[in-house]
Amino acid sequence: MQPIIQISGLSKTYASGFQALKTVDLDIKRGEIFALLGPNGAGKTTLISIICGIVRPSTGTVLADGHDIIRDYRAARSRIGLVPQELTTDAFETVWATVSFSRGLFGKPKNPAIVEQVLRDLSLWEKRDSKIMTLSGGMKRRVLIAKALAHEPQILFLDEPTAGVDVELRQDMWKLVRRLRDDGVTIILTTHYIEEAEEMADRVGVISKGEIILVEDKAELMRKLGQKQLTLHLQAPLAAVPAALSRYGLALQAEGAELVYTYDTKAERTGITALMKDLAEAGIRFSDLRTSQSSLEDIFVGLLRANA
Amino acid sequence: MSVNFHAIKAIYRFEMARTWRTPLQSVLSPVISTSLYFVVFGAAIGSHMQAIDGVPYGAFIVPGLIMLSLLTQSIANASFAIYFPKFVGTIFELLSAPIAWWEAVFAYVAAAATKSVVLGLLILATAFLFVPLKIAHPVWMLLFLILTATTFSLFGFIIGVWADGFEKLQAIPLLVITPLTFLGGSFYSIDMLPPFWRAVTLVNPVVYLISGFRWSFNGTADVGIAVSLAMTLVFLAACIAVIAWIFKTGYRLKN
Repeated sequence: MQPIIQISGLSKTYASGFQALKTVDLDIKRGEIFALLGPNGAGKTTLISIICGIVRPSTGTVLADGHDIIRDYRAARSRIGLVPQELTTDAFETVWATVSFSRGLFGKPKNPAIVEQVLRDLSLWEKRDSKIMTLSGGMKRRVLIAKALAHEPQILFLDEPTAGVDVELRQDMWKLVRRLRDDGVTIILTTHYIEEAEEMADRVGVISKGEIILVEDKAELMRKLGQKQLTLHLQAPLAAVPAALSRYGLALQAEGAELVYTYDTKAERTGITALMKDLAEAGIRFSDLRTSQSSLEDIFVGLLRANA
Repeated sequence: MSVNFHAIKAIYRFEMARTWRTPLQSVLSPVISTSLYFVVFGAAIGSHMQAIDGVPYGAFIVPGLIMLSLLTQSIANASFAIYFPKFVGTIFELLSAPIAWWEAVFAYVAAAATKSVVLGLLILATAFLFVPLKIAHPVWMLLFLILTATTFSLFGFIIGVWADGFEKLQAIPLLVITPLTFLGGSFYSIDMLPPFWRAVTLVNPVVYLISGFRWSFNGTADVGIAVSLAMTLVFLAACIAVIAWIFKTGYRLKN
């Protein structure tokens, strides 16, 4: 199936000379939740802003549902909804008026039933006649989401949706995002919270210094996460792994002084007991052992360090 | 070519709603200040002034006063309409919407011009209460009203895009438009000036607006009606050209 967003050779250098994006190639699959993970200043917002038409790309192209975001901007943009990072709302408008306005602005005819549904989904129905300035920060964020959904977009961008948001709203937002995905909406969210990516995403992309340095299924990442390493400090270094132990996929490190066994904690059998028995039979003795687990955080930090 | 009518309607409605939320500032205050001009210049001082071209002084200043409000209000309305979203950040929505630049400009300028024309007519109605008035060419009067309101709403839009602070937003209306209007023959016929100052005055574009507008009331003008109309259209075209350039280059709107 054709990806819903195809980014190729995209770069952005601002007038100040700052290169916010190097060369970005990325496909977003139809109907997935994609988490774009990266530290502050990595280029997440620039990337989103280009796709949504707020920032001009320096080079490269973006297709949204097959429509070029510049040449065919009407078709492209009418499919996209954006929830910005900052709480930028009108002050004196009512919730109902501002959400209806967004629907019109994105080229859709009036439809009170849809606006009502969006407001109800976001627990804003009771507040529909309130002026936006009387709402709390959390409520304002809901209003921004309602505005982005008012024209029934196929693609929803959430830029740092849970920055400075309380636990209740975060739970609500995750529920909403899942429901939207069930309705076939593709969701791209940026975050620098790893738990958020872990909780929500189908796929995770890591961006650093204007480059996408990793794109992987979350399940694959989690599989890596589920793996642990058992490191044995040997009393006598080995030159090679004995043939009798070959089925364990062992690795030697620290010039043969350490033997490393990688196993899956979620598997039915970890193989540790058998390994211990076979080691004893092979006459290999060890003085110490430790186990370690790589978290998404470790992978993330490792990637960023490698990219630094 | 498709046109996003829903978006034009949404922006127009939004802008009109903004006006009716602040009736004091938008409607009442210009009407009151114009009434004060009538009381002072029309009734108090005007009774000691000679008629100009056979028109009593009180009636003579009506077109100039309407123009004064029309120019300042058109600029204020349109510049604020685009500056404020830039200032608070809500402009992201406009930039990300499936809307062509000329559609957005059309909606904003139509709303600002509508307000100005309504205001101009309100002031005109107020004037009838103070001075005896006759309108020689009502259709031309309306045409000048609409053309001027549109032109200066476009000009205001440009100022709103250009301004990066409230001070700049106010600077042009205060430092340029108000003096030009006062010196453009709002309160006098430029024929009353010495020849040198009369020549200088003809550089002032507002002279042509006021002169044409006054012609539609009195049937007499400082400069030819065709020249007035041509100057207004030239200014209108210039504003459209600048706005087209702004959106083509993304000037101050997009990085």
